[in-house]
Amino acid sequence: MPRIVKFSLIIIAVYCLLKIPGVFFTRPIPASVLSVYLLFAVVATLLAMTATGEGATGFIEPIASLFADPSKRAARNIVLVIVPIAAAWIAYAALRPDDAPPPIVRSIHPAPPAAFTAYGRTIELASLTNPYRASEKENPSQFRAAVDEGAEIYFKNCFYCHGAKLDGAGHYARGLSPSPVPFRGTDTIAQLQESYVFWRVAKGGPGLPREGGPWLSAMPAWEDALTEDEAWKVVTFIYDYTGNRPRSWAK
Amino acid sequence: MLLLLLCISSVPVLTPSSAFAGDAVSQAGTGSAPAYMPAPRLKAEDYPKAGGVNPRLAVWFAAQMHLWFAAFVLAVPVFVLIIECVGVYTGDVRYDGLAYEFLRVSLTAYSITALTGAALLVSLVVFYPAVMSYLVSIFGSTMLLYALLFFVESGALYVYYYGWRAMTGPWKKAHVGVGLLLNAAGTSLMFIANAWVTFMMTPAGVDARGVFDGNVWHAVNNHLWNPMNLHRFIANVAYGGSIVGAYAAYMFLSSKTGEERGHYDWMGYTASIIAICGLLPLPFAGYWLTAEIYSYSQQMGINLMGGVLAWLFIIQAAVIGALFLAANYYLWCGMQRGAFAARYNGYIKYIAFVLAVSFMVWFTPHTPLLAPAEAAALGGQFHPWLAPLGLMPAKNTAVNVMIIFTFLSFLLYRRSNRAPAVKWADSGKAAQAAIFCAAIVNIVVAGVYYGYFTNTVYKVASSVIQVASTLFVIIACSVIERLIHRGAKEAGAYKWGAMPDGSQYALILIAVSFTWLMGLMGFVRSAIRQHWHVYSIMRDNSPDAFTPTVAYAARVVSIGTVVFLAIILFIFWLAQLGRRRDE
Repeated sequence: MPRIVKFSLIIIAVYCLLKIPGVFFTRPIPASVLSVYLLFAVVATLLAMTATGEGATGFIEPIASLFADPSKRAARNIVLVIVPIAAAWIAYAALRPDDAPPPIVRSIHPAPPAAFTAYGRTIELASLTNPYRASEKENPSQFRAAVDEGAEIYFKNCFYCHGAKLDGAGHYARGLSPSPVPFRGTDTIAQLQESYVFWRVAKGGPGLPREGGPWLSAMPAWEDALTEDEAWKVVTFIYDYTGNRPRSWAK
Repeated sequence: MLLLLLCISSVPVLTPSSAFAGDAVSQAGTGSAPAYMPAPRLKAEDYPKAGGVNPRLAVWFAAQMHLWFAAFVLAVPVFVLIIECVGVYTGDVRYDGLAYEFLRVSLTAYSITALTGAALLVSLVVFYPAVMSYLVSIFGSTMLLYALLFFVESGALYVYYYGWRAMTGPWKKAHVGVGLLLNAAGTSLMFIANAWVTFMMTPAGVDARGVFDGNVWHAVNNHLWNPMNLHRFIANVAYGGSIVGAYAAYMFLSSKTGEERGHYDWMGYTASIIAICGLLPLPFAGYWLTAEIYSYSQQMGINLMGGVLAWLFIIQAAVIGALFLAANYYLWCGMQRGAFAARYNGYIKYIAFVLAVSFMVWFTPHTPLLAPAEAAALGGQFHPWLAPLGLMPAKNTAVNVMIIFTFLSFLLYRRSNRAPAVKWADSGKAAQAAIFCAAIVNIVVAGVYYGYFTNTVYKVASSVIQVASTLFVIIACSVIERLIHRGAKEAGAYKWGAMPDGSQYALILIAVSFTWLMGLMGFVRSAIRQHWHVYSIMRDNSPDAFTPTVAYAARVVSIGTVVFLAIILFIFWLAQLGRRRDE
């Protein structure tokens, strides 16, 4: 099989593989990611196939002969028609007017301030700790009580957006952009310190830093509705329910 | 450097009478000790305007150009000295000639480094006099030492270069000694400048108001100083190797004779091996630097890799992908120089596959750029399957695997022209295969288990296991390789010059990628200070005290890259002229 055909088949196979999550599982790989994956696949395949002199020749020769060999005139003409049309279609598809708003480059982790004001005082984030965390080992019944109270507070206030399963799929979630953060999995609150999560709960969207905006977050500033103690209980609950451990420093 | 002295002397040093009368702070218990002022609170009028030039852009551009040239000219003498020593040890004069040619390439760049350094200094003094004034009040003594070391470095460089042909025979050791002095002075210069830069990020030796405690060592030995020293030293060696490799490629492609092609092929090979040797440990040094940034300030850390600047890390991932692919491609092409290449060509596709998959993991963002329809389909900001790949454990796993496979490419290259002579060669190869497999399993398990199924303390610590596994593979397999090839006969000489032209473009791509990468990451490192001249101590109140958009930053760095590479091309041309004159 000519190398260029083999190359084309490999790239088509990779493309089909990358489309499977979207076509069969409604979990499409975003176009921005898919295009770079494909680029890596094209480059790696191309390099592997042309690393030897024989490979390079075998790859380039059919292309060169297509343009130099008089006997391939028909094939050449077909290629010279198809390639510009394909390029024109790609350019048109990329530029044609569309009703959909363009994707927004967002930063997901707002940088926390060194200190913030809430509950009538200035709170240093570096030294802020969850008052119930120590009781997890020292006084488990007190810890369980805090978790239970946190659950009640969560289901009275937070679950409408963050969901009954804490998966970010609450009743209002579909109406919000950006969507509410899921707490399940190991890639959101498991990566954050509790002090950070407390800051987010207390200050919400209005307390986000100026840099990295526009945040467009619908998260309320819960310092207006929850007491400091209630906010900590909610934080304790969401870690406990999802089985995540808060980020901490090595001792 | 006279300019440096003049500029330092012209910067108004903060004294009680000149800036903050009544606010002077004496050192406790030392009545006669000098008084130091708090960091000034600047106003718009403290930032002079000149000639309609954007101050931040001017300083940014000058600093970037200076850093690129400085990295190059500091690195080249490091490996020139090593190559010269190899020549002395083996008695092979080719190494001596190669080292001399490397040094010649960097000589013109040395002058340009001084010029861009002067441009940076002037732009800082003109546009940010108050900032310079504060820094001079703390680092004045180190700046004078810097100037002195620059004289030492310049003198050593000229003696080293112009004395190359004269200092032979019994003088050769003295010549090596001059090379040692040159490197000691150059590296010290970089360490001093690093202290100024890192102080601006993680100030030490000052209190919360910026009042200096009077001990310069405290300010120098700040939180990021050592991680930065290590990272820049290794990166410089990799970068210097890549630029000289690009020179060799340029000369290879413009060679007229087979002999010339052979010479520059060998030169490019040596340079690329230096670059790859620097490239392999670089992610580890970068990880240490980043971990220290996080440990100093969660705010800076999140800005760096979780906030808006994280998008530049996505670009970085793609560029590093290009770097590793180009380096591997060069090694695969290089295998064809040897007689036994055909035995190993079949492995190339598997290595390419692993590299491509690793780069996909390395690149995958935690929060991808989503079109509204995609966001609706996914029901949120994260892709449920790909989001875990956006976290550091996945990145660490991918980068360690790709380093191991790059090392495998190197091993295959080394075997392409020789066959083992010892009886236990098969056992040795089996041991190597076992080490490779065990290390990869260890890296993947450590990354997946500790990264996703334990708390974050273990997650960060697991990177140490991964790095140790990778280093063990490199060291253990190198030792075994050396032992099983002891006394091995080579299947004829390497066919130097028998490289496809494409391999040379790979060398040029490595240099371009390095340059662009340094510019982008240099901006990110500096930008995490945000609106601070000295983080949390001295606020930037100029009109430019905002983080530019990612697109703007990328444009500035890209234009800088093009300008730098154009000058480098000019230097290559000059070096070519010098070589013809010598011949």
